[in-house]
Amino acid sequence: MALDERTLTHLQRLEAESIHIMREVVATATNPVMLYSVGKDSACMLHLAKKAFYPAPPPFPLLHVDTTWKFRAMYDLRDKAARDAGMELLVHHNPEAMEKGINPFDHGSLHTDMWKTDGLKQALTKYGFDAAFGGARRDEEKSRAKERVFSFRSANHRWDPKNQRPELWNAYNARKAKGESIRVFPLSNWTELDIWQYIHLEGIEIVPLYFSAPRPTVERDGLLIMVDDDRFPLRIGEVPVERSIRFRTLGCYPLTGAVESTAATLPEVIQEMLLTTTSERQGRAIDHDASASMEKKKQEGYF
Amino acid sequence: MTDTFEYKVDALIAEDIDAYLETHQHKTMLRFITCGSVDDGKSTLIGRLLYDSKMIFEDQLASLSKDSKAVGTQGQEIDFALLVDGLAAEREQGITIDVAYRFFATDKRKFIVADTPGHEQYTRNMVTGASTADLAVILIDARQGVLTQTRRHSYIVNLLGIPNVVLAVNKMDLVGYSQDRFDEIVASYREFATSIGIKDFVAIPISGLKGDNIVDRSAGMPWYQGPTLMTHLEEVPLSDRGQADQPFRMPVQWVNRPNLDFRGFAGTISSGSVKPGDAVRVLPSGKTTTVKAIVTYDGALKQAVTGQAVTLTLNDEVDCSRGDVISVADAPPEVADQFETTLIWMDEHEMLPGRPYILQLGTQSVTATITEPKYEVNVNTAEHLAARVLKLNAIGVCNISTDRPLVFEPYGKDRSLGGFILIDRMTNATVAAGLIHFALRRSQNIHWQAVDVSRDAHAAQKGQKARVVWFTGLSGSGKSTIANLVEKKLHAMGRHSFLLDGDNVRHGLNRDLGFTDADRVENIRRVGEVAKLMTDAGLIVLTAFISPFRSERRMVRDLMAEGEFIEVFVDTPLEVAEARDVKGLYKKARSGQLKNFTGIDSPYEAPELAEITVNTVDMTAEAAAELIVDKLLKG
Repeated sequence: MALDERTLTHLQRLEAESIHIMREVVATATNPVMLYSVGKDSACMLHLAKKAFYPAPPPFPLLHVDTTWKFRAMYDLRDKAARDAGMELLVHHNPEAMEKGINPFDHGSLHTDMWKTDGLKQALTKYGFDAAFGGARRDEEKSRAKERVFSFRSANHRWDPKNQRPELWNAYNARKAKGESIRVFPLSNWTELDIWQYIHLEGIEIVPLYFSAPRPTVERDGLLIMVDDDRFPLRIGEVPVERSIRFRTLGCYPLTGAVESTAATLPEVIQEMLLTTTSERQGRAIDHDASASMEKKKQEGYF
Repeated sequence: MTDTFEYKVDALIAEDIDAYLETHQHKTMLRFITCGSVDDGKSTLIGRLLYDSKMIFEDQLASLSKDSKAVGTQGQEIDFALLVDGLAAEREQGITIDVAYRFFATDKRKFIVADTPGHEQYTRNMVTGASTADLAVILIDARQGVLTQTRRHSYIVNLLGIPNVVLAVNKMDLVGYSQDRFDEIVASYREFATSIGIKDFVAIPISGLKGDNIVDRSAGMPWYQGPTLMTHLEEVPLSDRGQADQPFRMPVQWVNRPNLDFRGFAGTISSGSVKPGDAVRVLPSGKTTTVKAIVTYDGALKQAVTGQAVTLTLNDEVDCSRGDVISVADAPPEVADQFETTLIWMDEHEMLPGRPYILQLGTQSVTATITEPKYEVNVNTAEHLAARVLKLNAIGVCNISTDRPLVFEPYGKDRSLGGFILIDRMTNATVAAGLIHFALRRSQNIHWQAVDVSRDAHAAQKGQKARVVWFTGLSGSGKSTIANLVEKKLHAMGRHSFLLDGDNVRHGLNRDLGFTDADRVENIRRVGEVAKLMTDAGLIVLTAFISPFRSERRMVRDLMAEGEFIEVFVDTPLEVAEARDVKGLYKKARSGQLKNFTGIDSPYEAPELAEITVNTVDMTAEAAAELIVDKLLKG
């Protein structure tokens, strides 16, 4: 099909839509923030924010709800990305989780609940943010397919899937009562492939862990886990083995499974992703519960 | 059966990833909606499209295969419908009750499918899905033919102005792939489609379950020579071409002022294109200037087109802010404050004429009231029905008026400057979608008459400040008694006042109104307007109305200048008011002789922030009146 210069490509349309959404929020919210998790989706979202408000820097801070268990390479890029964008970076650690030493090895799902779910609520309350951008996409998971771009949260941060506002055309109703907040998902209509293509096309910097390299790993419960620092408690007889690995998604390093791979460039990563036969989130331990678990987590306030 | 489904990938990915990426960077995007009910095989069709375009992974297929056997409706075969049923509640009920968006892509296009339920009680969901669609697939069960729901779906598709319609005659395998049956259905649909204004459509015989004419041509239907569904989706011209040929318009979202030297206007171009040097006009002010530059992160552009989100700088310092529209200078959009519109009601609470709602159109936000519901449309038959109100999922034609002029285009010409939403001012819920047909001429012909003796002059002559003292409370709470005492005191002090009493007004000005919610709203609207005129004359206006709804009290408050409206809540408990029952009305209401009685079978919404609260339990009416006069003259 011949394209004339007046027809936007799918990536141009997606980009314009995301920019439109971000500008609506900035024009209507009193205290917006961008949740920044340092993954590839966050990287894309931050890049789009720079475009939306250019030549001004994005007029809101970045917020990282940290668990202290992310990969070291993620912390490096996080600080650099905020600096490069000229944005304030807020890092929140749940003080209760900190005090109790909550970690993914000893506390199972409590680790996510306390550091991420509770930590996010604490941070939003602490700073009084009334709108928070998140990088979730509708193609990630069934319950997300129906989430609105502007998703309302009650004063105690709960999501009510039965009581969502209809979203027509590109008109977003951003009105809310005092105490209520909105989560805004500018990447709603992007797919994983769109994200990768956009990163490729725009030359967006991402964490090197997405690319293959020899890294120390152990095999546990069917997942390849990278031994990223000396807090990793090795079981008896367990010895880290150097493998050529990379990550399809990034989270807390003890919970994130790697894939064995030789893909060291972006086209190779995309090639591998397209040739692979399992869906993206398989490497993440959090989703292995019942298929409706994400919906439950969202109702409780997990992003 | 399951082992015949395997995950296949494009050969080019393995052979030459760079070439593959290059191809995929130039894809276009098509958004479409599928209309049909569970029984038409809609979910099965979407599942099939996802599967055939390789969007389903092995692990998903494995869990699908497992789920199919557990809860599927296809026996041992894969139930594609399970792929697309989302939230837990819906999976249990076995129906989709919201709008879900699905994604797939081929070498030529990326697709976004709005999957919405087809039943009449979900009209609002379908309207939502249709609002962004470039194309609609209307599904028909070949065994059933054109049904009531087919008519409803087609009516909505046409109403929302979706430019491309596909009639997918599904389950052809169950009618023996019969060409006669297909032709018969197409002919009957054509007759109906023409009658409601659908000019053209493409009919395709398919089987979602068996995969006939979805991606691959059907072996069972050699008589069909047209495109497969996927081919058609890949090749149909995109609707934004039409918008691109229209004159340039860009609603301003946000003014970018990083420093004193830069002032840019950020927005998404809704039609046409723009170049530096173009003469433009800022609406509604009408000021003209020229475009200085199109500023983007990727450098200044020589041209920007429909759909792009850009930032414009202008050569002159003209007033321009969020809500304004920058347009080509010689063909600006219209500006008006009264319109004929179609409303699709989306809220559990019915539409009330006279109640103010927030109207959001593009980036403009104004207060709007529905002045006149003209008729409701029976979406199944397109018949017109008389209507005073619109309930959830009802579609009707109404006149509306706004408190400020709106820059607009008729919806048929431009979705983004002709489509609006209505928002409830109390709950902030999106209660309706609206489509502007045209501006009412009277709004262009009635001008505000400027008068030389100002409202301040009227009040100054009387040596007072104009006020509205609005008494609200249950029937029998003591509003009229206290208001009467307040007026006597004011009169004795030489103040100029007037008391508007609920019962008295209903004998004259409002004698055509009853006690339904809609009539109560209109009653208060009229009283508010009269009180407004009296304050213009410099009077202290006292009103004694039950005025049970916060929205309407708020509406009257908004009519007045800041500080001019004083809400007095006569907070007498229901038990006390009912025990008094001065007019015997509670007794009648309790026995069912009187309907819609506030406090009994019609709600009273107490004020949240009344300026003055009194009651007649802890204080006498006299003491309450004194308190009010005291506060009134101090304030």
